[in-house]
Amino acid sequence: MKSQLRSIVRSGKFMTGFVIFVSILLLTIIYPLINPGDPMARIGYDSFRTRPGTYVSLYDTLDGVNTFTFRIPGANDIRISNKLREDDRERIKYWLVEYGKQEEVAGLTEEEIDIEDTVALLGLWWEFYSDEVFVRNLTNAERNAFMRLDVRLDRLFDIDDLQVYTLNPETGEHDILFTEVSTDDYINVSDVANIIRLPLGTDNFGSDVLKKLVLATATSLWIGLVAGTVATLIGLTLGLLGGYVGGIVDDIIMFFTNLFTVIPGFVLLILISYGMSQMERGATTVAVVIGLTSWVWTTRSVRSQVMSLRNRDHVNLSKLSGHSMPKIIIKDILPYIASYVVMAFILQISSGILAEAGLSMLGLGPSTTSTATLGMMLDWSIMKSTAFIHGAWWAYYPVIVVILLISFSLNLMNTGMDQVFNPQLRD
Amino acid sequence: MNSHDRQLCLSGKGVTKIFGFGSKKTLAVDNVDFEFYSGDLISIVGESGSGKTTLIKMLLGLTSVTEGEISFMGKKRDIGSRRKKKEYWKGIQAIFQDPYSSYNIFSKIDSVLLDCINMRGGRLLPRKTKIEMMREACSFVNLKYDEMTNKYPFELSGGQMQRLMIARIFLLKPKILLADEPTSMIDACSRATILDMLLKLRDETGMMIIFITHDMGLAYYLSDTVYIMEKGKIVEFGSADEVVLNPKADYTKQLLNDVPKIHDPWEFSKNRRKDAQWTEQFVV
Amino acid sequence: MGKVMLEVKGLTTKYITRFKEDVYAVNDVSFKVEEGRSVGIAGESGCGKSTLALSLMGYYFAPLHYIKGEIIIDGRNISGMKPDDIRKNILGTEIAYIPQAAMNALNPTRKIIKFIEDVVRAHDPKATKKDIYDLARQRFEILNLPEEALGKYAVELSGGMKQRTVIAVSTILSPKILIADEPSSALDVTSQKMVIKMIHDLMELGYIKSMIFITHELPLLYNVTDDIMVMYAAQLVESGTADQMIFDPLHPYSKGLMGSILVPEDGTRDVKLVAIPGTPPNLKKPPDGCRFAERCKYATANCRLSQVAFYDFENNRKCRCLFTENELREAYKNEQS
Repeated sequence: MKSQLRSIVRSGKFMTGFVIFVSILLLTIIYPLINPGDPMARIGYDSFRTRPGTYVSLYDTLDGVNTFTFRIPGANDIRISNKLREDDRERIKYWLVEYGKQEEVAGLTEEEIDIEDTVALLGLWWEFYSDEVFVRNLTNAERNAFMRLDVRLDRLFDIDDLQVYTLNPETGEHDILFTEVSTDDYINVSDVANIIRLPLGTDNFGSDVLKKLVLATATSLWIGLVAGTVATLIGLTLGLLGGYVGGIVDDIIMFFTNLFTVIPGFVLLILISYGMSQMERGATTVAVVIGLTSWVWTTRSVRSQVMSLRNRDHVNLSKLSGHSMPKIIIKDILPYIASYVVMAFILQISSGILAEAGLSMLGLGPSTTSTATLGMMLDWSIMKSTAFIHGAWWAYYPVIVVILLISFSLNLMNTGMDQVFNPQLRD
Repeated sequence: MNSHDRQLCLSGKGVTKIFGFGSKKTLAVDNVDFEFYSGDLISIVGESGSGKTTLIKMLLGLTSVTEGEISFMGKKRDIGSRRKKKEYWKGIQAIFQDPYSSYNIFSKIDSVLLDCINMRGGRLLPRKTKIEMMREACSFVNLKYDEMTNKYPFELSGGQMQRLMIARIFLLKPKILLADEPTSMIDACSRATILDMLLKLRDETGMMIIFITHDMGLAYYLSDTVYIMEKGKIVEFGSADEVVLNPKADYTKQLLNDVPKIHDPWEFSKNRRKDAQWTEQFVV
Repeated sequence: MGKVMLEVKGLTTKYITRFKEDVYAVNDVSFKVEEGRSVGIAGESGCGKSTLALSLMGYYFAPLHYIKGEIIIDGRNISGMKPDDIRKNILGTEIAYIPQAAMNALNPTRKIIKFIEDVVRAHDPKATKKDIYDLARQRFEILNLPEEALGKYAVELSGGMKQRTVIAVSTILSPKILIADEPSSALDVTSQKMVIKMIHDLMELGYIKSMIFITHELPLLYNVTDDIMVMYAAQLVESGTADQMIFDPLHPYSKGLMGSILVPEDGTRDVKLVAIPGTPPNLKKPPDGCRFAERCKYATANCRLSQVAFYDFENNRKCRCLFTENELREAYKNEQS
């Protein structure tokens, strides 16, 4: 036993899985401690309008913060090139190329225009573009669009200094707060009182995705644990009974096992979830339901192992020594299948988490506003709203990665244990 | 010895065992009659699939009897409840073929012997007495208790394990011992030790031994009475000399003809010697 | 003296365990097998007889490793050849190997004739289906195997039949030497006899030139082979003809082994079975001297000093014992009286 434990610890696969799993688990415990707050709170705009990033309070940057002037050549260019979107560049190039073809201007060809060089690109635009020039190959809609683009570009280059006022409530007049906020003025971010860090942005409800993800991971692990425990306990009990007692008991157990095997567990899960009222579908309830539908394979394999153990001589000998059935099961059968049961349990946790994700994607997962699960996060971002269309990758990619990591680590642990316990795989 | 001064120990009438139902029905033991007398050493010889192991399990009460009845000490056997079973198992015990699978690998071997003491009603004995009893049992089978205690089964050799099984029987002192090929997994050299101990145990306690084997030579060497089983039926029985040297049933004849022998080798063997004589070295 | 078919000189091979310990399972084994002779190897489980079989056919896959020694088959030295080359060029034509569970190694989805095609084509890729079928049919007929078996699947045959078919398949190319490792121990005695009869026929008809037969069953060995070698703790301890070895063993270990023979024959009941006390030495750390010394009642201090050579005794016998033949006989006689 000890040597087996030692070889499990030495197994690279098991340890990799174990380290990943424990890291995820620790993260769910530690992160809420260092970053407290209600993960479900709606702190921002809905519909994924807050991208991942650090948000600095605009008010605080203006009010009572020292400004520093840095003379860095090209600062303007950086701003402009940041503001000039990729598709604007493409469109500018498109117009220029069309114009070049029509008027046979040298230098206005596909190859010679570099859209990365903002200064040169805009230079060309202003040199040639005028709303009076008629380019034949363009539709009217395109012509109008180019006119709008031209106006926007003009505004972009407006680098006149700004003036900032505050409203004086007594006089109802605007007092000047700053004169001339120049494009060369900077502030130190650590001087700003209010900064919000949203490494994963916000979701469609406007909640912090990272905080929610941590909460959801914890809830999903809990669901996996409960589902795995329920399934393993039922499977183990029925398997032990059916395998050891045999006869009519076994027949009855096998009848139900076969019944549950034939009916796809997931369909049953959907029906049960659907049959329950919204109020009843908490995370734990869903976990129990998942457990209740996924014990079949544990039962089958435990039963077949017990059946072969039952005929082993040490069990016969134990009977001949007058031991009672519970004692024989606990002392002479359970230890032999313990390693297998632990492995099945790990797999059940993993499949419980996946089942919850699947259920929730169908909208049949836990119905609650007080917590989140990994499946519910996917449901909200992918199924119920349009994270894809918004390009809000942060709302679903991290969730998928966490699900993958959990199930990968659990399966890795399982394989590692299998190599230790299964003599056929031992090298 | 004739049957008058021997007590009928275990007997069966029309004992039958059927596995499965309907078309999958297999007849493992088919209408078998037997009478085993106390103090005898009986061999049941059969090839694999002859039903000898099933018969043994029925005799032990580990498998139910489909039809027929088994009598124990002259009375119809009643093992309906667990209490009655436990009482029955005080009188009938077994040693199995594979010593490596006869032990629970997770328990120390002391527990095997302690179980026997408990079964004989020694549960409340002081620990010192129990150890003394275990020591005596171990020394009976030439094992040192101090080397055995606190060990796990895998630390013993096959021969030691099987000897410990005999020590178990020594503690239980049943009336009947069923030995299911106890030497087939053991090297020829240690086989004699195990057999000697079984015979010594029989001499000391007067118990009846039913020896199950596929080895004709071993059955002939050991037993008073030999039963030959084929496909669930007993085809022939009688004293060892009668059955082996003067077989009546065709199956027995064929079996004896096909077993490799050394004084009467197979007809095609190159070592076939006409002057088959027991040489000196065999009689020690 | 016939032509030497197989000569083994100082063969030593080892296993490397999971804990990187060396177990020398075959240690300095030398013997010769002449054409037309069959040699039996007897010994207790764990003495290295099955490893010897694997070593002889060059089956050096981890954890088994070749250390030293020569294996010469009909003048051709195959020691040191790569396992792949051996499979291609040696197995089937030079050596055929039949393990105990050979019959269970047949792929259940293929017909018997397909295995024969595989074996033949491995050495003669141009052989036509018809040629192979004719060859197989002819061989099956001679060996009293039903021709229909060729078109059947392995599962349709009984255990004994399967084993005989496997032997027929693996000897289809008439190898020079057949290594049979307990080929009949999983069978009942009637099938066992039929398997042995077939192997006997194969030798009589010259389809195999010589044979090494490994088993722990001494009466069986006596019925099968001409010569018997006894192996103990990775070494050969005695060799001689079957008659010599069964009825007149010299080495104290062989003597003990032969004393454990039980056959259903008149006289068996008068024999007193004698056990050899103790257990074989641990091959991870074999003793310096005679490996049997610990269990031998005749052992002297000399026996434990250094390795004992495989001495030549009279009548072509060999024995790994420091005592002479006369001394041993004297000791046995004293014991009897």
